[in-house]
Amino acid sequence: MHTPKNIIQKIWEKHVVHQEEGKPDLLYIDLHLVHEVTSPQAFEGLRMNGRKVRRPDLTYATMDHNVPTRQRLVINDPISKKQIDTLQENCQEFGVTLADIHHPDNGIVHVIGPELGLTQPGKTIVCGDSHTSTHGAFGSLAFGIGTSEVEHVLATQTLWQAPPKTLNVKVNGKLGTGVTAKDLILAIIGKFGVQFGTGYVMEYTGEAIRSLSMEERMTVCNMSIEAGARAGLITPDETTFEYLRGRRHVPQGEAFEEAVAEWKALATDEGASYDRVVEIEAAEVEPQVTWGTNPGMCIPITANVPNPDETEKPSEKDEIKRALEYMGLEAGQPISSVKIDHVFIGSCTNSRLSDLRSAAEVVRGKKVSPTVTAIVVPGSFSVKLAAEKEGLDKVFTDAGFEWREAGCSMCLAMNDDIVPPGERCASTSNRNFEGRQGNGARTHLVSPEMAAAAAVAGHFVDVRQVSAAQEVR
Amino acid sequence: MEPLKTHQGLVYPLNRSNIDTDQIIPKQFLKRIERSGFGQFLFYHWRFDDEGNLRPDFSLNNPKYQGASILVAGENFGCGSSREHAPWAVQDFGFKIVIAPSYADIFKNNCVKNGILPIQVSDEQVQYIIRKAESEEYQLTVDLENQVVYDNEGFKVSFDIVPYPKVMLLNGWDEIGVTLTYEDKIAEYELSK
Repeated sequence: MHTPKNIIQKIWEKHVVHQEEGKPDLLYIDLHLVHEVTSPQAFEGLRMNGRKVRRPDLTYATMDHNVPTRQRLVINDPISKKQIDTLQENCQEFGVTLADIHHPDNGIVHVIGPELGLTQPGKTIVCGDSHTSTHGAFGSLAFGIGTSEVEHVLATQTLWQAPPKTLNVKVNGKLGTGVTAKDLILAIIGKFGVQFGTGYVMEYTGEAIRSLSMEERMTVCNMSIEAGARAGLITPDETTFEYLRGRRHVPQGEAFEEAVAEWKALATDEGASYDRVVEIEAAEVEPQVTWGTNPGMCIPITANVPNPDETEKPSEKDEIKRALEYMGLEAGQPISSVKIDHVFIGSCTNSRLSDLRSAAEVVRGKKVSPTVTAIVVPGSFSVKLAAEKEGLDKVFTDAGFEWREAGCSMCLAMNDDIVPPGERCASTSNRNFEGRQGNGARTHLVSPEMAAAAAVAGHFVDVRQVSAAQEVR
Repeated sequence: MEPLKTHQGLVYPLNRSNIDTDQIIPKQFLKRIERSGFGQFLFYHWRFDDEGNLRPDFSLNNPKYQGASILVAGENFGCGSSREHAPWAVQDFGFKIVIAPSYADIFKNNCVKNGILPIQVSDEQVQYIIRKAESEEYQLTVDLENQVVYDNEGFKVSFDIVPYPKVMLLNGWDEIGVTLTYEDKIAEYELSK
């Protein structure tokens, strides 16, 4: 009889090219996604050593980090321009398919992979970007790598990797009304900390996870890295197969049904174990707002900013103090009293069509507070078109939002979309690190609905109350 | 990559936890297409004010740490973005060794690929080293072969490292060159798929 295995172990074993004493496993990579920021030095390394890209057919490139969102073809910063041009030249030289800024498939790498059906269950997927964990939503083993590893995969289509420990994150019960996938993942990181996943690959399980749509699952898996886990995944099911059916790069017709049968077999065997299991009750999760300078520093919208004097660990006390100082917040103040200057709806965490729909519902017929500058940045060219087809752009612009072109944008402010020093942004992105959205900028991570509600109110509000009031009317 | 067998150097203590790669190297410096020259941007917004002047209250600007080659920090060092520009900046600034109670996985990997040794020891041991380095000009010696860190006053701590990164660091091997010798295995795997 076979030892029961979990999905992570099954995918791993299928990809081991070679094993030997004293070495990690040599793991085969099925899909390598490439973008302009972390690849130039890797291509240069190939060139210097006279090496080729081993499997251009398993490599797919896009440009997203530096792309302007006002006029996408006008790149003012010459260094950004150079980085974009370099990717273009490298892809041409090494025969890699590229969705450049003119291309209809262009967008944030973690948005277009799933859109095009490149992302599939059971695949090993890497990219020189930590949010590669997003693709785990499909039941693939997807993780971020550094530039040296990018070069290694380009040259060999493999990586030396030690088998990871496995961690089951069980989400019991159902999420409440007005509580989103973003709130869930923030609450998980808030509860277990920013490094509970370090050294692990996580599998999210439980009723609440099963009832999430694919786009919601991507939001959850996207932020696995903020818990320290290089990868987080969800076992594929009918929701996954329906999402993928008919997409450009998935098998078509009968071949698709065969693929589905294979994907179903990936599910964790009965009786399989994990190195660690943590549990959280979905019903207890409330809409979250981060108050500090890492994603674990988050509280429910109904709560107050923590007081450093009330924590037990001295090291934590200093961390809280420094975070409050950076964020310009008072210990004990209600988070709902915090006024904001900017709203950013976008990023690989929350820029897909369903995110934009949810945010649009909150702002429909209302106006952005006169003290707030609000932008919506769709995750891809195709998300943008689909949203415009539904008239979402009009809902946002009527409310006073700016409707932008696709890209990473204000999530990390490598293009012109920067939060000025000392100003405060309600952001649907994934990192509230110091200076992430601009030097001295203060970031609060929230769901698209919470960001939209804050844009209207000018400060954080409980979106559940906003929606309840809307229904009464 | 330069082989790393033993190293003796001055310790710079940075007593903060969860130092993310956005702090190690802010995004505006990720646009370069070269691998070198990132040291000048290390901890940029901690070292420099908005006008680009050195912040005298940030410890790395203290002349007593000039020439330091061993960086000691709090837990979860290098969390966040996968940018390899972070270890490039650490190395280009002059650090060859990092010591911390824990690291983010991607950062740790990136260090090894560049010949930087990320040493993991207990929180107490890190705090001891930090206290020493804050109060005096403190030198440590690292012996990778024997997996020990020691000073000349009798402090000595051993550390764990898995065999593969150890042998890569000791020999300074080009990993891609090594992997390409497995070409037949890779081709065989591809045929079997």
